[in-house]
Amino acid sequence: MSTAMDTESTYSGYSHYSGHSKKAHRQGRDRHKSPRSKDGSRSEKSVTIQTPPAEPLLGNDASRAEEGQDDNWGETTTAITGTSEHSISQEDIARISKDLEDSVGLDCKRYLGLTVAAVLGLLVFLTPIAFILLPQILWRDDLEPCGTVCEGLFISVAFKLLILLIGTWALFFRQPKADIPRVFVFRALLLVLIFLFVFSYWLFYGVRILDSKDTNYQGIVQYAVSLVDALLFIHYLAIVLLELRQLQPMFTVKVVRSTDGESRYYSLGHLSIQRAALVVLENYYRDFTVYNPALLTASKSRAAKHMAGLKVYNVDGPGNNASGQSRAMIAAAARRRDSSHNELYYEEADHERRVKKRRARLVVAVEEAFTHIKRLQAEEQQKAPGEMMDPREAAQAIFPSMARALQKYLRTTRQQQYHSMESILQHLSFCITNNMTPKAFLERYLNPGPTLQYDRDRWFSKQWTLVSEEAVTSGLQDGIVFVLKCLDFSLVVNVKKIPFIKLSEEFIDPKSHKFVLRLQSETSV
Amino acid sequence: PVITVFNCFISVSFQQRIEIHKLRQGDNLILGFSIGGGIDQDPTQNPFSEDKTDKGIYVTRVTEGGPAEVAGLQIGDKIMQVNGWDMTMVTHDQARKRLTKRNEEVVRLLVTRQSLQKAVQQSMMS
Repeated sequence: MSTAMDTESTYSGYSHYSGHSKKAHRQGRDRHKSPRSKDGSRSEKSVTIQTPPAEPLLGNDASRAEEGQDDNWGETTTAITGTSEHSISQEDIARISKDLEDSVGLDCKRYLGLTVAAVLGLLVFLTPIAFILLPQILWRDDLEPCGTVCEGLFISVAFKLLILLIGTWALFFRQPKADIPRVFVFRALLLVLIFLFVFSYWLFYGVRILDSKDTNYQGIVQYAVSLVDALLFIHYLAIVLLELRQLQPMFTVKVVRSTDGESRYYSLGHLSIQRAALVVLENYYRDFTVYNPALLTASKSRAAKHMAGLKVYNVDGPGNNASGQSRAMIAAAARRRDSSHNELYYEEADHERRVKKRRARLVVAVEEAFTHIKRLQAEEQQKAPGEMMDPREAAQAIFPSMARALQKYLRTTRQQQYHSMESILQHLSFCITNNMTPKAFLERYLNPGPTLQYDRDRWFSKQWTLVSEEAVTSGLQDGIVFVLKCLDFSLVVNVKKIPFIKLSEEFIDPKSHKFVLRLQSETSV
Repeated sequence: PVITVFNCFISVSFQQRIEIHKLRQGDNLILGFSIGGGIDQDPTQNPFSEDKTDKGIYVTRVTEGGPAEVAGLQIGDKIMQVNGWDMTMVTHDQARKRLTKRNEEVVRLLVTRQSLQKAVQQSMMS
C-alpha cells in the first residue's frame, strides 16, 4: 500500500467528517444526496482501518470564526472542504512573510531610480541658464556688448525651456503604478544619453569658454541655445521610444488562467516582456471574473475519486517499484467502467436547475422589495405623510424581505464569501440613491464580476511573479510563453505575432454591374 | 422464347417520328401540349433534360386526350424537328411560332426520348 493512498483516504475521510459535523447546522438544505457523503463511503472499497483525525485543523476554526463575524444574518456556510482549509492557513503565513521581506527591498530600488532621474533632470534644466549667467558673473567687464540679437536669443531660450519643462512634466511626472523586476531599458538608455550629452557640453564649456574667458558673448548664448534645442530633440526621442513605439499593435497575446481556463486576447505593440506582463495584469483586474476557489472543489473531488478506489498489492515479493505501481493504477483506472460522466452530467443539470429556481425567487423578492420604496419629490418633502428616510435607512428597511432569497442564491452559486451584509446594504442604498431598478441592483450578484469590483481582501491575487525563460527586458517575439504566478493560480501568456497582411486592390467600374433575367417559360401550343 | 434480363443502367435514347393532327377549337388550332426551353431560356431549370446545358425544346406537359397524346407524344420528349425545320437552336418564341402556323393542319415532329424503362421492358419481352 502506498502512502499516497493513505493520505488520500484520510483527506477524503476528513471531508466526510466535515460534511457530517456541519450538517447539523444546515437547515432547509435539500441536498440530502450530496456527493460528499457518498464520497466517504465510495472511496473505501478495500479493507483499511480509517482513523478519525486527532484534532480539527487550524483553518477550520479560523474560517468558522470569520463566518461568525460575517454571516450573522443567516445560516453558517460550509463550502470549504478539508484540503483547501489546510492550504489556506499555510498560504496565509507564506503571504505575510513574503509581504514583510519584499516591501523594504523594492521600495529602495524604486526611490533610488526616481532620485537619480530627478537630480539629473534638475541639472539638465539649470545647465543652459548656468551657461548664460556664468560669463556675466565671472568676467562681465570683458564681454563684448551684444544687444538685440542676444535679447532675442534670451527670449527663445526662455520659451524653449518653458516648453521643455511642460513637456517633461506631462510625460514623466506620473505616479509609478507598478514595481517591475528589472529596470526599463529605454529609460535607462535615455538617462545615460542625457547624462553623456550634458557632460560633454559642460566639458566643452569648461575648457573652451571658462578657461579661456571667451569674450564673444553672442557665441556663448548661441551655444546655450543649441543645448536647449538638442534637449528638445532628446525629449522628442523619449516620446517616440517610450510612448509611441508600442502603440502600433504587433502581437496578439492569449492569457489563460490556470485554474478554470478562462481566457482573453489582447493586442500589444513592441514591448519588453515585463511591460507586456504589466499590461496583461492591468487588464486582468478588469476583464477576468474574480477567482473563486469555491468553484473548483467539484473538479478536485472528482479527481480524488478517480484514483481513490484502487489499491496496489505487491504479490511478487518485496520491492518498491513505484513507477510500475502508479502505471498499473493508471491503467486499471482507465479500464474501470465508471459512470462518473453520467454523474457529472446529472449533477450539472441539477445545479443549473437549482440556480435558476433560486434566481427566479430572488428576482421576485427584490422586485417586490423595491416597490415599497418611493422617492419623495422636493415639494412633497415638506408635507410628507410618514417619516422621511435617507437612502441608508431605506435600504435597511427593505433589506430583510430580500435577505433570505439573496443569501440562498449566493450560497448556491458559491459567491457568499464575496458579499458581506454591510457591502450589500451599501450597494442597496447606492442603487436607491441613483434610481436604479431591481435588475440593476441585482446585476452585481447574478454574475461574477471582475476582480476590481470586490473587496481587496477577497482578491487572492495581489503579489505577482513573472516566470519567463527569456530575459524579462527582452522584447516580445512570436511564440514566447511566460507565466504570471500568484499564490493561488497563475496566468499563462502566449504571444503570437499578428500575421503580415497582403492587401491588394481591385477596381470595380460602377457601370459594370449588369444583370440578365433567367427565364424558364412554358407555352402551350 | 428466351427471356433475357437486361441489368444495365445505360439510358437509351432513340428518335421517333410523331404526326399530330391539330384540333380546331374555335378560332385556334391547338396541338395539346406545352413546350419549354430555347436558346434564350435558362437551361439549368429544365427538369427533363439530361444535360443541363441543353437549350433545346422540350415537351413539358401533354393534355389528356389531346391530339398530341393521341399521336404518342410524351412528356419529357425533346423536339428535334418540326416539319423539317430544326428546333435545336431556336428561341422559345420561334419554336412556338413554328408549331402554331395557321395554315398547317398537320405537324410532323422528330422527337428524342430517353426512356430506360421502355428499353428494359422491350428487351425482356423479346
